Amino acid sequence: MEKPLLSVRNLTIDIPVGGGTLHAVRGIDFDLNRGETLCIVGESGSGKSLTSLAVMGLLSKTIRRTADRMDFDGTDLTRATPRTMRALRGARMAMIFQEPMTSLNPAYTIGDQLTEALLLHKPVGREAARARAIELLEKVGITAAESRLSQYPHQLSGGLRQRVMIAMALMCEPELIIADEPTTALDVTIQAQILRLLYDLGREMNMAMILITHDLGVVARVADKVAVMYAGELVETGPAAEVFNMPSHPYTRGLLRCIPLPGKTERGSKLGTIPGIVPSLVGDVQGCAFRTRCSYAEAACHGDIPRQGSGGHAFRCIHEDGNRHFEEAIA
Amino acid sequence: MTGHPPKKPPILELRNVGKTYQVKQGLFGKARPLTAVNDVSLSLSRGEVLGLVGESGCGKSTLAKILLGLEAPTTGQVLVDGQEIGDQDRLSLARRIQPIFQDPYSSLNPRKSIFDIVSLPLRVHGIGDRTQWEKQVREILDIVGLPARVMNTYPSQMSGGQRQRVAIARALIMKPEIVICDEPTSALDVSVQSQILNLLGELRREFGLTYLFISHDLAVVEHLASRVAVMYLGRIVEEADVAGLFDHARHPYTQALLQSVLTPEPGLGVPDTQLGMAYPNPIDPPSGCRFHPRCPLATDHCKSHAPRPIRTEQGLVECHLYDPESQMYKNEAA
Repeated sequence: MEKPLLSVRNLTIDIPVGGGTLHAVRGIDFDLNRGETLCIVGESGSGKSLTSLAVMGLLSKTIRRTADRMDFDGTDLTRATPRTMRALRGARMAMIFQEPMTSLNPAYTIGDQLTEALLLHKPVGREAARARAIELLEKVGITAAESRLSQYPHQLSGGLRQRVMIAMALMCEPELIIADEPTTALDVTIQAQILRLLYDLGREMNMAMILITHDLGVVARVADKVAVMYAGELVETGPAAEVFNMPSHPYTRGLLRCIPLPGKTERGSKLGTIPGIVPSLVGDVQGCAFRTRCSYAEAACHGDIPRQGSGGHAFRCIHEDGNRHFEEAIA
Repeated sequence: MTGHPPKKPPILELRNVGKTYQVKQGLFGKARPLTAVNDVSLSLSRGEVLGLVGESGCGKSTLAKILLGLEAPTTGQVLVDGQEIGDQDRLSLARRIQPIFQDPYSSLNPRKSIFDIVSLPLRVHGIGDRTQWEKQVREILDIVGLPARVMNTYPSQMSGGQRQRVAIARALIMKPEIVICDEPTSALDVSVQSQILNLLGELRREFGLTYLFISHDLAVVEHLASRVAVMYLGRIVEEADVAGLFDHARHPYTQALLQSVLTPEPGLGVPDTQLGMAYPNPIDPPSGCRFHPRCPLATDHCKSHAPRPIRTEQGLVECHLYDPESQMYKNEAA
């Protein structure tokens, strides 16, 4: 077996808040190989963005991050000094943020922002950096790339800005890209184009990618592996085809029932819902976090939740196959 | 229950509505006209849901503002029950048409209690006294699925879904006939979105409401709408009933939009829509057919000739491919 590029075990993130500690992420594990795309999917507040910031070492100082292991190609990220992290970030791991409007600096030209990381990390001159910037802008489908270098972010549309963000992340040919909701602020037509672009570039450069999204449609189309996150825990992980075809955790199945499927869901019929709200994660958190909204919840759900599954498809539930067969039988 | 009788008089009608803004480019630049809405004609019959889809900047929200009386159209007429909007005062218009906006975080005043927010329309219209307001607020909160105790809480104490229910309660307390829903679920989580969509569907059936449902999410539009209009650069380029549009989209832009919908089906990959990428600048709209720079089927004819609207029983389409008098006409009965 190939050694994973990124291996995370028992990652836990605690945030001190007024009334105690917010257990935002609790004991999550995942592996990511080169050239692979992992989608972390979950609703707002589930901890998916915190997880990615933790990998990048970008959490604020007040937040406590612990892990049994966080290994990036032989580098132990849990012990990495700020200096080591700075050398990794931008060069070997890069991030694409959700808001292309706010994550570009309005006071610098596109060219300055594109070449900054390359000049910082690699022994290249201005001319070579410029040439690389033009090459990448063309690769992400921006026309008249050379003239864009002297433009400012406000002169570009949202779709173009997101392309610039992607080009910027690719400048140093990173081995890992983390994209946090890269297409949420964009129109559907542009979304399809950007996702295709990311997908093609990932294949071409054999990059590993963590794509964070709340959109199950996006997940199904681009993921190799899926990690479903709920209230700070990974409730289900596995190869995309298996998770979508055999969703085993009741939360995963609930989410899939909420979305109307063109051609499948009867028009105007009632959509599935998940009643209730996400529990507070402040203070002592025990048992299955989803039990307050789960129709199969019972007393045992307050206790330790076993991890079930085989062959890379795993989920946490006390019920055998998360009651999937039971549900299919009554349907 | 998506069918609608054909010859009922429309409750809401737009006749050749246009809206042009004068936009200055740069501090000393000369003002140039920007046509946000260009000669739009639409009609809604009572009880139907018209979905309005299109990319950002296409003019959907400007159209919504015109319908709410918040913007005056530059040309054309807006008629509610056959009466022109301009002839009615704002208050009486507000009794009939109410909005629900996208972002429940910014559309509710954070310093007002839920009771104040929901009862405001009653107070503005001078209807009833405090005991009646309380009774009505209690009723409407119950209808939108909120417990009466939230009356004394503030928006910051509520989740996104609850806030959107408050916004719906405020819109419905005057018992309007038409509700303009401008991206009502796009700021919400998936599990909450489905609750709000179900609620909007129930309310429509219960109160016989008419919706203009603006959204960029075509799967949601297909689910809720009975008819769909597709807007591009200020014009309606296609309009048809929901089955016709989703099963036999005609305009190349509609086809590309439908292809872009990512359904949660693994293995299908990301579609290649073959759409040119840049959405054109509305100040400088392309010549001829406004869609031609992005259209995979465009020819030289499209660059120089604007297509005319073609109305058949299938609905409206604005594309040379469907104009029997055009040299590009392709005779496909589909």
